[in-house]
Amino acid sequence: MIAKNSGEEIFRTKINPITEGRAMRIGLITASLAYMLLFLVLPVVTVFVEALGKGVGTYFEAIKDPAALSAIKLTLLTAAIAVPLNMIFGVAASWAIAKFDFRGKSVLITLIDLPFSVSPVISGLIYVLLFGAQGFFGSWLAEHDVQIVFAVPGIVLATIFVTFPFVARELIPLMQEQGTEEEEAARSLGAGGWQTFWRVTLPNIRWGLLYGVLLCNARAMGEFGAVSVVSGKIRGLTNTMPLHVEILYNEYNIVAAFAVASLLAFLALVTLVAKGLLEWAYGHELGGSRT
Amino acid sequence: MVIEVRNVTKKFDTFTALRGLNLQVQPGELVALLGPSGSGKTTLLRVIAGLEFANEGQVLFDGKDAGSRHVGERRVGFVFQHYALFRHMTVFENVAFGLRVVPRQRRMSDSDIKKRVLSLLSLVQLDRLSDRYPTQLSGGQRQRVALARALAIEPLVLLLDEPFGALDAKVRKELRRWLRRLHDDMGLTSIFVTHDQEEALELADRVVVMNQGAIEQVGTPEEVYDTPATPFVYEFLGNVNRVPCRINNGKVSLWGIDVAAETHDGTPIPEGDTAGFAYVRPHDIELTPVGQGEPAVVRHVAAAGPTARIEVSVQGVVPLIEAQLSRKRYLELGLKVGQQVGIAARAARVFPASASPSPMAGSVSG
Repeated sequence: MIAKNSGEEIFRTKINPITEGRAMRIGLITASLAYMLLFLVLPVVTVFVEALGKGVGTYFEAIKDPAALSAIKLTLLTAAIAVPLNMIFGVAASWAIAKFDFRGKSVLITLIDLPFSVSPVISGLIYVLLFGAQGFFGSWLAEHDVQIVFAVPGIVLATIFVTFPFVARELIPLMQEQGTEEEEAARSLGAGGWQTFWRVTLPNIRWGLLYGVLLCNARAMGEFGAVSVVSGKIRGLTNTMPLHVEILYNEYNIVAAFAVASLLAFLALVTLVAKGLLEWAYGHELGGSRT
Repeated sequence: MVIEVRNVTKKFDTFTALRGLNLQVQPGELVALLGPSGSGKTTLLRVIAGLEFANEGQVLFDGKDAGSRHVGERRVGFVFQHYALFRHMTVFENVAFGLRVVPRQRRMSDSDIKKRVLSLLSLVQLDRLSDRYPTQLSGGQRQRVALARALAIEPLVLLLDEPFGALDAKVRKELRRWLRRLHDDMGLTSIFVTHDQEEALELADRVVVMNQGAIEQVGTPEEVYDTPATPFVYEFLGNVNRVPCRINNGKVSLWGIDVAAETHDGTPIPEGDTAGFAYVRPHDIELTPVGQGEPAVVRHVAAAGPTARIEVSVQGVVPLIEAQLSRKRYLELGLKVGQQVGIAARAARVFPASASPSPMAGSVSG
């Protein structure tokens, strides 16, 4: 009886011992909200306001411009090549790293992180040094009439390099946490290597994989630095959307610049919403690296 | 199916998990691999299953070398310690897995698979939970799904790694009995790994006691408990008092009895005076009124339950000695802490100190 009474008393006095006072809470929440508004929401809103500033007609005209359309096409093409390749590589690499022990494993892990630690400009420069006219393979490529730098292949290569780690980074911790017991169980039940992969490993990582692909795609479409170095910025030919935005902006074509930028921003928002939905629905199945 | 392990050695980098093991399991037997962690019991089970491959030696199934056969081809049902259920599949699909991955020519029809899975699920009393996912099940239910899944491929051999390790005491007891019945009804040959001696002694036909990658003793539960072959088995199985003593020309006089020293590997006992250890089970110790037997002093009394556990100190012996008395005897003697009593042994076994493991050797993992 006594214990019950004292328990009720604790509930009646509404002091929560693990929270701050009211003023402190309001202050902290306001500060973080203001910070977010200033640095995140305001810029995004500005993009759309500027883009639509001279009316919807001007907005669509800017997008229908042949140079803009070609930039959009190139961006989509680049992502369409880079994302699947990095997806396959990412799955393969994380499968190898998480499920097997081999020599040079730590080297592989470090290498996967390399694109994150190197400035994108340098990533682009590497390709110029390798495949450019004065580059390592330059004369050979020139002889065989293959253009890589200042052409679409260079842009695709640079994008692949920069977006290399996204899928693998997402999957490695997830697969390491899941361990190899389920695969062993599948093998002991008679499944072959492929069957084990398709029926057990892949379904277990599907949400993490989708998440990684989304992030990879967002970066592939938005990459500026590395692509800028290798593209040569030939309007209508080697301009991606971010590069096109920059050119328009430098030409004081503000409305057109923001119109194209709004497409990118819209894409980013879609990605974020999809990511949020994924996290909300499958958070417990996603890996640890949510950067 | 006869399972034979011949001279199996397994090394991981620098660590040797199994040192030239030999073991034979007869058809229909239920065998326990018992040992402390790091003793190699799980590795042995995995080598038999084909999940690991031995560096040296062979595993034979019915006299045929299984070494070249992968785990999937050995027809072994393996139940993993943490069940390893497929988390994205329902209970039904988990059990059906082994039937669905069979090559198309030999695969059962969908309706046959369904029938088979449902009959397995009713065997493990989970037919009502077939649509659940593993995370929605309790530990005991998961264990039974894992078992049903392993049984789906009609294994000749059932291998279980710490099958009851993660369950609470009550569920553990029930499942134990149930597993024993299942094993007998299905005519399986089963091997299970455990570090719980009670489990091994209660459930198994034969117990294999392992230590540091080697087999210390193989025998029925009675054999390993009543006549441990080595000091290690003595210390690992059941309670035992380990009393340092001096061996004189192969003999020891201890608490009223004369015991001949022995070695488990047949090496001769050194002549003259050597150090040794006497092993005395608590129930082989008799306490008497003061004046009879070796003098001792009562230090602790735990008298709840059908037997009383009394700890006494004996002069010249460092550890406290544990004695187990019937409740009746305990009341007769009217034992109290601090009381002077006499101690006598009914049975003991003596090994030279060189053959005895250091105390706690059992808990060293590697």
